[in-house]
Amino acid sequence: MSESSNLHRWRAIKNQIALVLSGAAALFGLFWLTWILWTTLSRGIGAINWALFTQMTPPPNEEGGLLNAFAGSAVMCLMAIAIGAPIGVAAGTYLAEYANFRKIGHTIRFVNDILLSAPSIVLGLFVYTLVVATTGQFSAIAGSIALALIVLPVVVRTTDDMLRLVPSQMREAALSLGVPQWKVTVQILYRGALGGIVTGVLLALARISGETAPLLFTAFSSQYWSLDLTQPMSNVPVVVFQYAASPYESWQQLAWAGAFMLTMFVLVLGICARLILLRNRIANE
Amino acid sequence: MRYPRRTSARADRFFAGLVASAGYFVLFALAGAAISMFWGGREAITTFGFDFFTSSNWDVGAGQFGAAVAIFGTLVSATIAMLIAVPISFGIALFLTEVAPNWLRGPVAAAIELLAGIPSIIYGMWGLFVLAPYLGEHIYPWVNDNLGELPLIGALFQGPPIGIGLLTAGLVLAVMVIPFTSSVMREVFLTVPTRLKESAYALGSTKWEVAWDIVLPYTRTAVIGGVFLGLGRALGETMAVTFVIGNAYNISASLLEPGTSIASSIANEFAEAVDPLHKSALLALGFVLFVITFVVLSISRLMLRQLKRREGTV
Repeated sequence: MSESSNLHRWRAIKNQIALVLSGAAALFGLFWLTWILWTTLSRGIGAINWALFTQMTPPPNEEGGLLNAFAGSAVMCLMAIAIGAPIGVAAGTYLAEYANFRKIGHTIRFVNDILLSAPSIVLGLFVYTLVVATTGQFSAIAGSIALALIVLPVVVRTTDDMLRLVPSQMREAALSLGVPQWKVTVQILYRGALGGIVTGVLLALARISGETAPLLFTAFSSQYWSLDLTQPMSNVPVVVFQYAASPYESWQQLAWAGAFMLTMFVLVLGICARLILLRNRIANE
Repeated sequence: MRYPRRTSARADRFFAGLVASAGYFVLFALAGAAISMFWGGREAITTFGFDFFTSSNWDVGAGQFGAAVAIFGTLVSATIAMLIAVPISFGIALFLTEVAPNWLRGPVAAAIELLAGIPSIIYGMWGLFVLAPYLGEHIYPWVNDNLGELPLIGALFQGPPIGIGLLTAGLVLAVMVIPFTSSVMREVFLTVPTRLKESAYALGSTKWEVAWDIVLPYTRTAVIGGVFLGLGRALGETMAVTFVIGNAYNISASLLEPGTSIASSIANEFAEAVDPLHKSALLALGFVLFVITFVVLSISRLMLRQLKRREGTV
């Protein structure tokens, strides 16, 4: 009798310890993440001012802003989306509609998943040898292509997933009316999957807006205002990296301001993407 | 009637060809990355032979390049990160699926997923400006005094308390990886059929026993897949590591000493490398990183896929 009640007590205690530890782990994880967020907010807000959005990146120890970096980042991110998203949507369509249960489909999905989590610096090296080494100079085009390679797998994955969620009755109904398959895909399936695909593009944008490693030796950076796509172009992540690692107080201030803007942009985009997804889900139910 | 049908058949074929070539482009992107780095790195590998992988001598001025220090730093920092991140992530996933009250689960899970999207350069800046000074002033001196004397593991913790080094890099990586591994584990735990868990509860199991004896065995492969996914991230992470690892070509038993990793060497040196052999050595390093992460991520995907197959959704 006493042995079984001992066992019972021991099991209860073990359970209590484990549950408390799991709560502690959750608190521990959240603690670090809040600390990082707090650091970015508290140091970043102090560095935000009007000049940040109206002036160029300054020489050391002078006042200035990040206008050219913001413009460069916007140009390169939009170009990356313009290159990566259409290819991604097309490849996702191929996976979901043409190669769904075929071997090639499994292979492409597998490779796409690897690409999705491959180190971004490796893609930077790839584009360097592909574009920078052949043209002989760093350029905004090279940077955009490197970012497009990061956009691609994200969009492929979401398009593939979203198209496969569209009920097959929709396809069958349209095909039985004699509509050609490409029209079924473009006019019916894309409409059904639109919300999901837009979410995928937004998530991809959120991901590339802070990517530093692939830009270091493709777009490089520039001190000046430049929208020439064949020249090195200033961009927020690389400027933040260079300024944060510098010994100058004024540059470090700008780095924190840039870091703050990046974080806010990524968080807002992430929330928007999730809201679109949520609204879609509710509309579907 | 025949004419429009023929054009629509042609349009169908055109569209199918278009999307198929986009699909093959995905294959090309990964293969192209591997081939370009291998091709770019062949000069370094043929010059130094197998020594390239085993030599710890990386001297740009003397034109000597050995990858051992960078490979060592990459593996050590990622291992430290996983040793911390795996138990914590398991705890978080358990908390979010079994322990927390229902109203808390959604918001906390969403918050952790949002934080997974924060750019790695932010983690790096935080590591350099906030975490490293704190560790160097308050934690590492204590670690050096108390753990440095221990037999066997003591050598790991002896060193100057400068705050940056392999241990700091591992810590920052752990913080970065926790959101990833914990959300994969959480999703995996949610796939366990309720009737399995309820059967165990009906037999009088405690929550911990259900988690350890029912949920974990049922999801074991996928959990390992999630861990490898995190490991793949930790191995290839560039910006967070570059700020805090110290970027010194130095192998030492101590985790408090500065070191370097493959990704941070490339990030620091590639844009400024003028010597073709130096560039080639960095590309070869990139190829090594690619191979390591490819293997790790392949294992991860295969294991995660097994779970999906069981669900019947391949």
